[in-house]
Amino acid sequence: MALLGAAPRVVNVGLDLFALTLAALDVPAVHVDWRPPAGGDPRLAALLARLDARRAAIDRANATALERLTSGAPFLVDCRPAREALELPERTVLHSGPPLPWERVSEPVRAAILGAIRYEGWAANDDAARELVERGAVRLEPCHHHATAGPMAGVVTPSMPVFVVENRAHGTRGHATINEGLGKVLRYGANDDSVLARLNWIATEAGPLLGAGLRALGGIDLRALMAQALRMADEMHQRNLAATALLTRAMMPGIAQVGGRHHAVARLAEFLAGNDQFFLNLAMAAGKSMVDPAGGVAGSTLVTVMARNGTDFGIRVSGCGERWFTAPVNMPQGLYFPGFGPDDANPDMGDSAIVETIGLGAFAMVAAPAVARFLGAGGTAEAAAMTAEMREICAGEHPHFRIPALDDRGSPVGVDARLVVETSITPAINTGIASRRAGVGQIGAGVVRAPLGCFTAALEALGAE
Amino acid sequence: MPAFNFVRASFYQDSVTLMRLSRDMEAVPGVTAAAAMMGTPHNRELLQQAGLLAPEGAAAGPADLVIAVIADSPAAADAARAAAEHALLARRAIAVGNTTAATPRTLTSALKILPDANLALISVPGAYAGAEALQALRAGLHVMLFSDNVPVETEVALKRLALERGLLMMGPDCGTAIVDGVPLGFANAVPRGRIGLAAASGTGLQETTCTIAREGEGVSQAIGVGGRDLSDEVGGLMMLRALELLAGDAATEVVCLVGKPPGAGVARRLADAAAKLGKPCVAYFAGASTPAAGPWRVAATLEDAGRAAVALARGTTPAATAFTLAAAEVERLVADAARGLAPGQRYVRGVYSGGTLAYEAIDLLAGSLAEVATSLTTGGSGHRVVDLGEDVFTVGRPHPMIDGRVRREWIDREGRDAGTAVLLVDVVLGYGAHRDPAGEIVPAIRAVRARRPLAVVASVCGTDGDPQSRAAQIATLRDAGVIVMDGNAQAARLAAAIARRAGAR
Repeated sequence: MALLGAAPRVVNVGLDLFALTLAALDVPAVHVDWRPPAGGDPRLAALLARLDARRAAIDRANATALERLTSGAPFLVDCRPAREALELPERTVLHSGPPLPWERVSEPVRAAILGAIRYEGWAANDDAARELVERGAVRLEPCHHHATAGPMAGVVTPSMPVFVVENRAHGTRGHATINEGLGKVLRYGANDDSVLARLNWIATEAGPLLGAGLRALGGIDLRALMAQALRMADEMHQRNLAATALLTRAMMPGIAQVGGRHHAVARLAEFLAGNDQFFLNLAMAAGKSMVDPAGGVAGSTLVTVMARNGTDFGIRVSGCGERWFTAPVNMPQGLYFPGFGPDDANPDMGDSAIVETIGLGAFAMVAAPAVARFLGAGGTAEAAAMTAEMREICAGEHPHFRIPALDDRGSPVGVDARLVVETSITPAINTGIASRRAGVGQIGAGVVRAPLGCFTAALEALGAE
Repeated sequence: MPAFNFVRASFYQDSVTLMRLSRDMEAVPGVTAAAAMMGTPHNRELLQQAGLLAPEGAAAGPADLVIAVIADSPAAADAARAAAEHALLARRAIAVGNTTAATPRTLTSALKILPDANLALISVPGAYAGAEALQALRAGLHVMLFSDNVPVETEVALKRLALERGLLMMGPDCGTAIVDGVPLGFANAVPRGRIGLAAASGTGLQETTCTIAREGEGVSQAIGVGGRDLSDEVGGLMMLRALELLAGDAATEVVCLVGKPPGAGVARRLADAAAKLGKPCVAYFAGASTPAAGPWRVAATLEDAGRAAVALARGTTPAATAFTLAAAEVERLVADAARGLAPGQRYVRGVYSGGTLAYEAIDLLAGSLAEVATSLTTGGSGHRVVDLGEDVFTVGRPHPMIDGRVRREWIDREGRDAGTAVLLVDVVLGYGAHRDPAGEIVPAIRAVRARRPLAVVASVCGTDGDPQSRAAQIATLRDAGVIVMDGNAQAARLAAAIARRAGAR
């Protein structure tokens, strides 16, 4: 008779010598690399224990939220001015991350906001623009409050065209601006005349042409496109080369069909061809359309939003709806362009962590060996370890975003705040690095970790229920 | 036969993945041909040529997955579709010990790797052990909790929950178990057999199972319940459950119960449970001057418990054995050992790594000597035994069964004491223990004996099948001049005899 009903299959938690014995005797066993939960903080350990008592209910809520998160079917359907698409009021500037007062806004984000105010023609110079913000004549609001995800500074104003992504499984929409390209760009805090000139071209020529072409196509399936790009070594945050190529291929017939002036099509084609990260904004808009349906599931500890504004890191957890939990944002670690170093870097910013929230970016790092060196010297092995580590804090695997290098296992998705607090493993996010000085722009790229504080705060709120 | 098409909209899959699905689908009875392809124009044409295309598939787009089947019935086609989707969606089983997977950090994550695990072996610090065990029980796992320093109310709560769910909660403070032949924690290589054990003592269970093995019998199950289970506070919750399990276990012919003396209420319930066994039962209660009465045969020592269980299994009458050596041989050992001692050398000094073994030793010494300290941590100036596995000695240091450093220090310390006539030591072998525990302490023994004559008496708890090999460990000790007895009780008796002889001069 088997005492346990079946041959012993053992999870060993603690001394590894017991697991080694079992392994030597060919007894199926998995060893847990155990550390004190919540970094040994007894107050948090007690909170985890309280939550564990209602594990079944939480697990059910998380399964619901995860199903909504991973079943999203984002289609790129349009590109229209934010004024129309978001019904964005005049004299409103959207920014990335959780809300914050002007006094706490970091330099590059300030520069982007002031540049955008000049671009809209609300002020003639930065001083006048600053005065408008300070006396409340221009309102600042987070992108996430307007169904939008903004890269880096994430600045959106009414006349800027935004892509419209429709989640056909859940009826939500997500939006993002058109990626400006590399170099001196508004999202990294550059705001000189060349930046504003490009924004003008995007609003008057590229945006309308893209919108007409997309409307003619009737919708591009972004989930299928992203699944395919993942197999082509993009993780859709640090690397969007394949996704941009696939998108261009999908859009060009529509753009050619609606015609427009020949030189305008040529300029747009040249712009797309020269911008490897063009798709990032689409991944973000798709992400926004996918995460919103996962919010508001009572009792769920699943993270539905991760966003930074250059000052704070903010998350939302499904069971707490639209409430933000914030902590000071970390500095990214990474590689710098020649002439720049860590001392020049601004604290991390942007809504692009939505890419990780849906299981791509750093969570799918193993799929993108070409950008693995941003993690450090280890390269591919570190990339695999990164994905494996993120699996430790995720509730599931993505049914559509599958990784060939892992025998088609799905990428880890659905960060569970309980697991983050229990393991002290915080989500890793691939990111660009902005100069801390206004007007300089991007100075590098790397990886940043979410601060633990916002996850413990969210869990405490859930535990208090 | 007709073609059936099933379309999953917007479900991108790589063609390599999809090609494997044909085989899964064609294995379904009633299916003659099958394919799974993305609905690109080219693929739809291929499906058309193969007669696999139906109207649903013809309307699919490039991002849609088309599952196409030629089958004799809609039911067969649907079964093929299910097979394909199962193969697509089922998580790939991960080989145990897969080196590409990172070591899991939590029980939750480990269960994703080994979803059909049925036992958690937990040995984390006591402050965290209760929470881990609770999580494991809630996940439906049996638990062996090696950790000690778990509050007794936590122990009771864990055991009650386990009983509610039909699970074993072995521990806290459960050092060893052998479940379905699998050694857990510190356990020895003993053959499987017909004697079932339930023990509230780690090294007590080891000493008994090793005696059984040496006598040529084997163990069906050895269930540890934790050192406190027989106290009135815990109420023998798990011991009673273990007896129930052994009663129902067809492979168990004889039951052997090992532990500290039970509380009064527990003793009564144990007697009731033992009466329902329907099998002969032997009980050893460490240090009990008047052992709890019950439908069991009381053994005076762990060795006797093992030998009695063997006798009962063989249908012979158990008999208590003071020494397995001939009386003359015992006399020779005592005389030789006492001969070189100086007049002041009168005392036995035990330096132990096994808790129950130390307890048994002090119990036997007290039975035939005066001036025996009762504490296992702070001895008096007479005969004394220290259990170096006690918390006060292991704070911030490895257990003496894993690392010999503390034992070497104490052997040196007791060896220098003018009153020491006999050093009494245990050497505990088995899985998990140090790979050469005798070799760990022999240098200290040699150093002590080099300074002046001194008797060193030892026993080796283990079997020749253990990774360290009992025979090899005995040879190491004898080579250093150590008198090695057959079991701990005999070693303690011999040490007492030597001390008596020394004191009589």
